Amino acid sequence: MLVSDFKTLGLIGGVLLLLAIASAVAQILARRSDSGLDRAIVDTFRRRVRSWWVLYALLAFAFFVHPTATIVFFFFISFWALREFITLTPTRPGDQRTLFWVFVVCTPAQFVLVGLKQYELYSILIPVYAFLLIPAGIALSGDPKRFLERTAKIQSGLLISVYCLSFAPALLTLELPRLPSGYEDPYRHARLLFFFVLMTQLSEALQYAWSQVPGRHPVVPSISPTRTWEGLFGGTASAMLLGGALWWATPFRGSDWWMAAVMSGVISIMSFAGGLSMSAIKRDRGVHDYGTLVEGHGGVLDRIDSICFAAPVFFHLTRLWANWAIAAQPPAP
Amino acid sequence: MATEALSSWGGDLASGLVRNSLALLARFISGASVRWLDSQPDTCQRVYFANHTSHLDAVVLWSALPPEVRVLTRPVAAKDYWTAGPIRRFLSGRVFNAILIDRTDIKVHRSPVDLMTREIGHQYSIIVFPEGGRSSGPDVQEFKSGLYYLCRRRPDLELIPVYIDNMNRILPRGEVLPVPLLTSITFGPPMWLEAGEPKHHFLARAREAVRRIQQLRGSS
Repeated sequence: MLVSDFKTLGLIGGVLLLLAIASAVAQILARRSDSGLDRAIVDTFRRRVRSWWVLYALLAFAFFVHPTATIVFFFFISFWALREFITLTPTRPGDQRTLFWVFVVCTPAQFVLVGLKQYELYSILIPVYAFLLIPAGIALSGDPKRFLERTAKIQSGLLISVYCLSFAPALLTLELPRLPSGYEDPYRHARLLFFFVLMTQLSEALQYAWSQVPGRHPVVPSISPTRTWEGLFGGTASAMLLGGALWWATPFRGSDWWMAAVMSGVISIMSFAGGLSMSAIKRDRGVHDYGTLVEGHGGVLDRIDSICFAAPVFFHLTRLWANWAIAAQPPAP
Repeated sequence: MATEALSSWGGDLASGLVRNSLALLARFISGASVRWLDSQPDTCQRVYFANHTSHLDAVVLWSALPPEVRVLTRPVAAKDYWTAGPIRRFLSGRVFNAILIDRTDIKVHRSPVDLMTREIGHQYSIIVFPEGGRSSGPDVQEFKSGLYYLCRRRPDLELIPVYIDNMNRILPRGEVLPVPLLTSITFGPPMWLEAGEPKHHFLARAREAVRRIQQLRGSS
């Protein structure tokens, strides 16, 4: 018990320290106008730090309150992200009914099923049932104009901002292998979620930092001139090092310590994929960020794009690893 | 006497509470972002005139105002809709403090403009939708002449053009189920009726003011 508390406190306290430092740096940069840094970069950084605090508070909550609270929080984030996605997507009046059901029934149902640990239901609710019923619902409205396009946009919005994101809180419900010592560690799941979110945010920050080194080679200049090969490789390598160094906080332990590093690499690559894909959507829609509707801060979707893309992959790989580890364990005494 | 005063005080408290929580709820449901474009919130007497696509327009616009302006601002609404049923009556009477216009009983000597000028006195501002009815698309329709007659009576009123974006997607005409998309409400710079300005000229200018905000939003 004491050991596990040390780990949890170490993780929570360490990140708290990091955040405090980041906030202090942001404050100092904002005060000093002569720092020679671009004003826009400083503002972006300050907004980032603020959203990190929100995410941190949300996850720290998971340790002290019931996991259900975390799932409810993620539901609200999902709901808001879907609002942003659909708001920026041209829909037609015929989509009204379908959209109503998507928002009011489908989105809450996904998170209720996650809360009830119904993996077999929540893993197919949206990719099968919603996927098929959305086009049927739109067809029922009798408006065939740009049918496939409208259908695909609603499906994508639902998949990215609800289905994919719901796999982050679903980490709290994952079955993990028994600990060798045989005692229960009540914070293992919360730490796994914490580790995951921390690595998505760190890999984003690291990729950004590595993109600043001289010799910039953008991966796709037509979509995102700021995402460079240097950022991708440097960011992923340093995320793997950091993630590997945090192995003690994760369920990947003992002989599997390197799994924490590999998982961090996967998270970093998926974060990159998420940011890039969402940038492409924004480019197409001609907006700077999803929050242009809300003056003064970027949208929710801009903050969570990396989590959305990394969550289902991280969940799936962790689940594969856990099942394999459970199968390899000797039967319970 | 005392109980009457007490109950009226209690009623005021209740409607005040409902007013603020409803404003908060409307802000959350509409996800409204509010911006003032070359314009400032003020408690001076004003006429907020906006495009009209949904039943929720008045509530959303009203909730977008700062609380101290909100208590002095009364939406102008259709009597037949807002007196149907006790909930709507309570909302329009006690919460929004709406000025209700009887659409079936418009006569020369009982014109809505008379009613409006009487009701606002020298204190209240009003919210009007000069398109008349709700339009079904994002296009701003021609304005009805009521706005002009109101301003001729009270040329001192400040006119604030307002553009409400996306409400037609949240609750389009003829739908009952709202979709919780995000709206935005933009307040434009004040304008006045010029001395001797012809009616059609003024109405076109007012409509153009709303459309200009719409275009500015689209380009940003």
